[in-house]
Amino acid sequence: MNLTNDDVQDILRLLDATPYDELHLQTERFRLSLRRAPGGGWTQESQATGSPNVLPAAGSASETTTETTTETTTETTTETGAPGPPPVERDGLREVRAPLLGTFYRAPRPGAAPFVEVGSRVDEETVVGIIETMKLMNSVYAGFRGRVAEICLADAQFAEQDAVVMRIEPETRPA
Amino acid sequence: MRPVLRRVLIANRGEIAVRILRTCERLGIEAVLAASEADLDSLPARLADRTICIGPASSSASYLDVEAVVGAALAVEADAIHPGYGFLSENPRLARACDEAGVVFVGPTEAQLAAAGDKLRARDHAVAAGLPVMPGGEVRGVTEARELAEDIGFPVLVKAVGGGGGRGLKPVHDPHGLTEAVERAMAEARAAFGDPRVYLERLVRSGRHVEVQLLGDGETVIQLGDRDCSVQRRYQKLVEEAPAPDLGDRLRAEMHRAAVAFGERLGYRGIGTVEFLVDLDRDTFHFLEMNARVQVEHPVTEEVVGLDLVAEQIAIAEGRPVTLAQSDVRTNGHAIECRINAEDWRRGFRPSPGTVTEAVFPAGPGIRVDTHVQAGSAVPPFYDSLVAKLIVCGRDRGDAVARLADALDRCRVDGITTNLPLHRALCADPEFAGGGADIALLDRFLEGVGAARG
Repeated sequence: MNLTNDDVQDILRLLDATPYDELHLQTERFRLSLRRAPGGGWTQESQATGSPNVLPAAGSASETTTETTTETTTETTTETGAPGPPPVERDGLREVRAPLLGTFYRAPRPGAAPFVEVGSRVDEETVVGIIETMKLMNSVYAGFRGRVAEICLADAQFAEQDAVVMRIEPETRPA
Repeated sequence: MRPVLRRVLIANRGEIAVRILRTCERLGIEAVLAASEADLDSLPARLADRTICIGPASSSASYLDVEAVVGAALAVEADAIHPGYGFLSENPRLARACDEAGVVFVGPTEAQLAAAGDKLRARDHAVAAGLPVMPGGEVRGVTEARELAEDIGFPVLVKAVGGGGGRGLKPVHDPHGLTEAVERAMAEARAAFGDPRVYLERLVRSGRHVEVQLLGDGETVIQLGDRDCSVQRRYQKLVEEAPAPDLGDRLRAEMHRAAVAFGERLGYRGIGTVEFLVDLDRDTFHFLEMNARVQVEHPVTEEVVGLDLVAEQIAIAEGRPVTLAQSDVRTNGHAIECRINAEDWRRGFRPSPGTVTEAVFPAGPGIRVDTHVQAGSAVPPFYDSLVAKLIVCGRDRGDAVARLADALDRCRVDGITTNLPLHRALCADPEFAGGGADIALLDRFLEGVGAARG
């Protein structure tokens, strides 16, 4: 049995009549902390502690990998919190990096021609791909003038924040 | 006669999955969660009786995959599928696949989903039911578009017939931009919705978004009052309330009647919402669209009419008639909901996925928090940014706004960036506090505080 909002209200009615400022409740399935807020009223912090009861996927080929995939996703999400200053240049090539984590797309729409191919000429403002994060499409700009030397991610591949998306061979244009 | 539902597959994620789970638990229905690989460790997965994986993180391969969802229902021998909102909730293919597999679809009929989902057909039904619609109509090309636009006058809105949820809309302010907008809209509509049809409507710049909640059993249709969702940005709602403030009695009654007439025209079964745009200058309203599912903002209606809308949905899905008489529906007090999203409103509403390190919410009388996050929860980049809904209820609107301000001060979600600061600022805004603001309020507010509009 999980705690409902009505249960919490009932507990608060009891607590209100006491001098206590905090209540911590723990059962096999959840933890609940209720605290009097400095400005009046109460706050709640709850935690469902039971483990998910996950069934093997129905006739799915990926059933053996589901657990590990989840953990990888969670871990990598936190890792992006503090990205180190990335090196921007290697072998004279400039790196184009993902502005935020999400799914990388090479074309504006499914079935449409890719924004760029290896060899495409780009300048700072050229859109070279899209990163989809939380249903929002974010343009990835080349950031440099030159030629696309390498495309490092496949279409629809997941990109970490600051992941190298492409490498650009810089070009210094004669004036 | 349909059977009593004993086991329901919840084909959704996030706060709505938790919301549906809670009603199932209260009703003694076993709840099995259909989750993607990214959600196997989520709060709904911990609360569900069982969880079945329906595919990888990408929603097109999991939550949007009709075969995976129906396959999961059959694998766990579920009596019914509850689709929640978004994803497949309004997809007629899921309703049909459920029928074919002998699984109850908790929602309207396939034909009703098709009628509400095709915006032109919905518009035709609205006209037939006597509802006022925005001047406009379908255009098959640029010439037709130009003629129609001259008739209805600029600015106009080019809309994709298959669009929805704020997608597939293009405002055009003068004749010069029309050709390109129509051509692009048709190309994009084909690519995005598989349906190149577009239509034009008059663009109303100053109006209020008011909607009416319906409940129907296929014969009887009643309304459960109205909501105001005018606080929105780029057609995405941010704050909703019930009842809609400062609506004249005559206008309110006409909108309620219009919504019921639309539901009756479809012989609507389930819960649904008819959306209207109220024209403040002319003191009239126009039909916008119908949403044939439970809505994100349904809790504000629940709080003021004292009903569990998910339980009502399940009762209808079990084949039971609406037992509530229209005269029994009474509104009590005023409720406001804030959508707490993982986004940085100071940086162009940039999304902020990550891991929640702490989640502190207010508690007490008149306060309800619908959420799927707790300390340690992942907020994955694959899905929308809603992390919690704070719902407060007061005696009247003034009381509700005061309680909302207090409740927002007691909210803290760490580890990700949320729009809580925006809600606090908005709650203190005199125009919002005054009530009855129009759909341009949020843009004005953001401009006023100099927030990056992105």
